[in-house]
Amino acid sequence: MLARAVTHALVGLEPRRVEVEAHIQDGVPAFAIVGLADKALNEARERVRSGIASAELEFPRRRVTVNLAPAELRKEGSGFDLPIALAVLAASRQVPRDELERHASVGELALDGRLRAVGGVLAVAEGARRMGLERLLCPSESAAEAALAGVQPIPVRHLADAVAYLRGELEPDPVLPVNGGAPVFVPDLADVRGQERARRALELAAVGGHNLLLGGPPGTGKTMLARRLPGILPPLEPEAALEVTRVHSVAGLLPPEHPLVEIAPFRAPHHSASTAAIVGGGPGLRPGEASLAHRGVLLLDELAEFARPSLEALRQPLEDGFVSIARAAGRVVFPARFQLVATMNLCPCGARGDPAAECTCSAQRLARYRDKLSRALLDRFDLVVAMPRPRAVELAAGPSEASEAVRGRVVAARERLALAAPRRTADADALLSRAVERLPLSGRGRARVARVAQTVAALADADEVLPEHVAEALAYRVPQELS
Amino acid sequence: MSRRLDGGDQGAEASAWPAPERGLSGELALAVYASETGTHLVRAPAGARYAAHVRVFDGGAYEQRLAAAGLRFVGRVAAAFPPMLRSIHDPPPGLFVRGSADAELLSRPAVAVVGARACSGYGAAVARRLARDLAAAGLVVVSGLARGIDAEAHRGVLDAGGTTVAVLGCGIDRDYPAAHRELAGRIAETGLIVSEYAPGVEPAPWRFPARNRIVAGLCAATVVVEARERSGALITADLALEEGREVFAVPGEITSSLSAGTNDLLKLGASPLTSAADVLSCFGIEAKPDVARVEGTAAKLLELLRESPASADELVRRAGLDAGEVARALVELELAGLAAAADGVYRAGK
Repeated sequence: MLARAVTHALVGLEPRRVEVEAHIQDGVPAFAIVGLADKALNEARERVRSGIASAELEFPRRRVTVNLAPAELRKEGSGFDLPIALAVLAASRQVPRDELERHASVGELALDGRLRAVGGVLAVAEGARRMGLERLLCPSESAAEAALAGVQPIPVRHLADAVAYLRGELEPDPVLPVNGGAPVFVPDLADVRGQERARRALELAAVGGHNLLLGGPPGTGKTMLARRLPGILPPLEPEAALEVTRVHSVAGLLPPEHPLVEIAPFRAPHHSASTAAIVGGGPGLRPGEASLAHRGVLLLDELAEFARPSLEALRQPLEDGFVSIARAAGRVVFPARFQLVATMNLCPCGARGDPAAECTCSAQRLARYRDKLSRALLDRFDLVVAMPRPRAVELAAGPSEASEAVRGRVVAARERLALAAPRRTADADALLSRAVERLPLSGRGRARVARVAQTVAALADADEVLPEHVAEALAYRVPQELS
Repeated sequence: MSRRLDGGDQGAEASAWPAPERGLSGELALAVYASETGTHLVRAPAGARYAAHVRVFDGGAYEQRLAAAGLRFVGRVAAAFPPMLRSIHDPPPGLFVRGSADAELLSRPAVAVVGARACSGYGAAVARRLARDLAAAGLVVVSGLARGIDAEAHRGVLDAGGTTVAVLGCGIDRDYPAAHRELAGRIAETGLIVSEYAPGVEPAPWRFPARNRIVAGLCAATVVVEARERSGALITADLALEEGREVFAVPGEITSSLSAGTNDLLKLGASPLTSAADVLSCFGIEAKPDVARVEGTAAKLLELLRESPASADELVRRAGLDAGEVARALVELELAGLAAAADGVYRAGK
């Protein structure tokens, strides 16, 4: 007796159709899963056996073989539990076979037969929709997520519910469409005193999506400012929101009540993170922090403390907007169009830029510290701000502007840029050329300054890029001492 | 003291060297021998080893290879060899030269600007500004291509479109430190890079003091911008003093260990340097008043910076302007060469 269930395996973010075939024949009772299954998947045997018993159904006491086709595709994870259980039940005539074939399914079984959420349901649901399957049996926590793909999710709490539904004995719970993202607490710019230049650079970064490097002695508020960038970014566009949600779904980061990620994500990996953790990969080919920050902000606090290979690996996503991980078995592409914000001390001892302390670093130590950041990586920062320690009088200054007011300007300027990018006047061009002659500015540096000048102009609501806009953009170039 | 008097007399000095090594190939042979054996030689040593070297050394072929690599050799007796350097008590057998300028450049009035490698923002700004002013007045600025003050001095000259000479403490074909390869390239476009060491010689700690005697020897005056106690820059100053050259030191804060060496020099009688005019007057050049003028916000900020160095944020507060305006005006000052930034702190030039 043969039965078939449909699900999807993920290769990166790409769903691939997998048919779960269950075959029951006479012979010594046994249960085998074939078809390039990993360890977690092979353990599905025990979960499926217990789950079926807990649902007060019968596990066939004959020879059961489950095949996951296509056989050459590597399958990972526990999301195959539900399709395997249903296929076995269909093969033993406990569930109508034709009804099962009209549904896709995904979910992990608990030993008591309840369903647990798994990552990547959105991508699985999109795969189902593409295959023309309109309904997806999934854990009830993931139903709202599956609905984002435009399929009809059938929320399942227990294996017994799924069986009852397929037998036509149970109406599925309605799934309400998601509206409104999760309320996220974002720190406010009003908390930061002084640091006018860095605040201005942060605003420009928000408008133009520029990469920003903040340098300065410890305790000047570099990290504090960087963490406030998401708060002045506009909410994600619907298309972008779906892209981000897909990645976060695969990583299993979505809250069940509000699965759609509607605000720009913010990721801040620790500097001890491995290269695989940052750009993705590893044995499970998981998206890295760079991909989790897709359409949002990636903060690298203490940039110079990161391992150099990790930083160099970021150059590809910074340039192309995606990470491509090659394995013997094939290639996986994760989107990674993020905005990079980094902080660093100006020297290893941290005293540089602090009028109250004297730097004790030797020339070699200083050079080694700065050499960690390759020219190529530094060139990718459009905005660089040195933040010297403010004096006490500056900290006693009045309250600063709140994020909301800044965000208003950012949104208006972004709309302006999207409508028509302002062009440089001849005078502005002349200033830029003069600056390239007089200041150490590479060809790439020139292009960066030109882009920032455009942002400055948009923020000033100007029709053209004037010399004054170029002049301000030049103030945020990579300073001599870092290059 | 008597030695210096002897050395000052060039006729007597020239005859002090034995005849066989006279002439270009003899000096080249000596320079290559000194480089390859790692010895400090002023004249040809007696002994079989050197004799054997001279026998097998093909000066013509060596020079051809130098030329193919874009290098030259200026022997001590050559007309182009700088007389100032020839007159020190242990002049090198000759100089290997790289760069597009004529070797005659080495004989022009020159000032050495030297100092600490781990310099402060103050030192960097002073070195750069000073070198720019000296170059603008037509002097050649000589330094050692090291990190910190040396590099800032070279950059200041390039800013002003002047000519600068970098003296290496390693083989002429090397750019040391490697981080300054690009800078070395820019120096060689209009100025010269020189070394007493033949191509292929590795940098070694003991070669840097030897290099410093050439820096001091090429120049009528040496300026030490920033130096800790026992800094290599002080060796340069000592060598300059020994040869009777003028030594200037830039005063620093007495609490800063980076200025301990320069303040000691001042105590010992070095001339304090507060502007490029101090150096120019000893060359009989009158300092031209600054021609760069700025107006409006930039002028206002320049006034504030002349009171004391400040970060952009302090200027925002003191001038009552917004951050964008201040950024704009500061870039204007930087482009006019009237202010410079280091570690986020802006300083006015003189």
